[in-house]
Amino acid sequence: MVLRIIRNFSLRIFGGLFKRRDSLKIGFYGPPNAGKTSLANVICRDWTGEDIGTVSDVPHETRAVQFKEKVEIEHKGKKMTLKLIDTPGIATKVDYEDFIKHGIKRGDAKRRAKEATQGIIDAIKWLDDMDAVVVVLDATLNPYSQVNVTIIGNLLARKIPVLIVGNKIDLRRADVKKIESAFPDYDVVGISARKKLNMEEFYESIFKLTKRV
Amino acid sequence: MVVKKSRFKANRLKGMSLHIMPFSEVRGLTITERVKKILNLVLGNKVVILQGRLRPEEEIRLIEDTMAMVDHIRSFKGIELAVIDSYGNDVSFFFKIRKGIADKLAGNQSTLTVIGPASVVKEIKRDPRKLEVFF
Repeated sequence: MVLRIIRNFSLRIFGGLFKRRDSLKIGFYGPPNAGKTSLANVICRDWTGEDIGTVSDVPHETRAVQFKEKVEIEHKGKKMTLKLIDTPGIATKVDYEDFIKHGIKRGDAKRRAKEATQGIIDAIKWLDDMDAVVVVLDATLNPYSQVNVTIIGNLLARKIPVLIVGNKIDLRRADVKKIESAFPDYDVVGISARKKLNMEEFYESIFKLTKRV
Repeated sequence: MVVKKSRFKANRLKGMSLHIMPFSEVRGLTITERVKKILNLVLGNKVVILQGRLRPEEEIRLIEDTMAMVDHIRSFKGIELAVIDSYGNDVSFFFKIRKGIADKLAGNQSTLTVIGPASVVKEIKRDPRKLEVFF
């Protein structure tokens, strides 16, 4: 009896120290409306059948960090378990009047702006907790924006492995090569989360990314 | 209508003020003090042109503190921020970040950081070789 108590106690204390990591924490970061939640939804639907969050054309639709635990993905016979962390888009300004232009009432727009600013603060605080990060950029926009540079610079400084995704390649103005030339030291994959284009290459890159953790 | 618009623009530009900040002005400051100094100027409707660049963790802290202020100060919508360096796109991103960190101690003569209130600076378009600031 006493021996069993000692054994259980030791297992609880030392077992935790040497426990194999159950799942890797993969964060989705990027500016607002780049398609972070759309991409996270595609992955979640593919492997769990459920969404992680709602998407919309109005910026800052995701205003709180949202998770999906134990997402088991499989590619070419290899398997791994991920914890997906979808974060609010990072921006340097939030103006409630921008939401009014999208048809949102003034009171709701002000509330949305308040939630968006808090969401950005939370997304930044979560940076340190990530094992690896997928930076999602809108491939139709200029990749040299300072927010993109700041996010990727911070991940580099924290030694967190990064995969850059150029989303919206189904649109004519998309230019993945411009993203590649802006960030030549990184793996860049062009996809369309909305039309599920090039997801095979994306999963291939995700497996490569997690090897660097 | 056109006249009103131009008059409006003229009034706006009349109130704009640039603050050129040599690196020596922020050299000995902690991250909190640096960000506070910059944000105080921006809250006073000044466009700050800093000689050199902030470290990545200072840039993200600037965004974090800006968001806290947007939440608390009515009429403050945030900032526009951009960095331009003389390397253009001829060197790697890793090199630029590492060079930026190394230059932090001495202040980099070849890099400029523009930080302005979003109510004054409407947009900064950045490409590897130039910055376009729209008021």
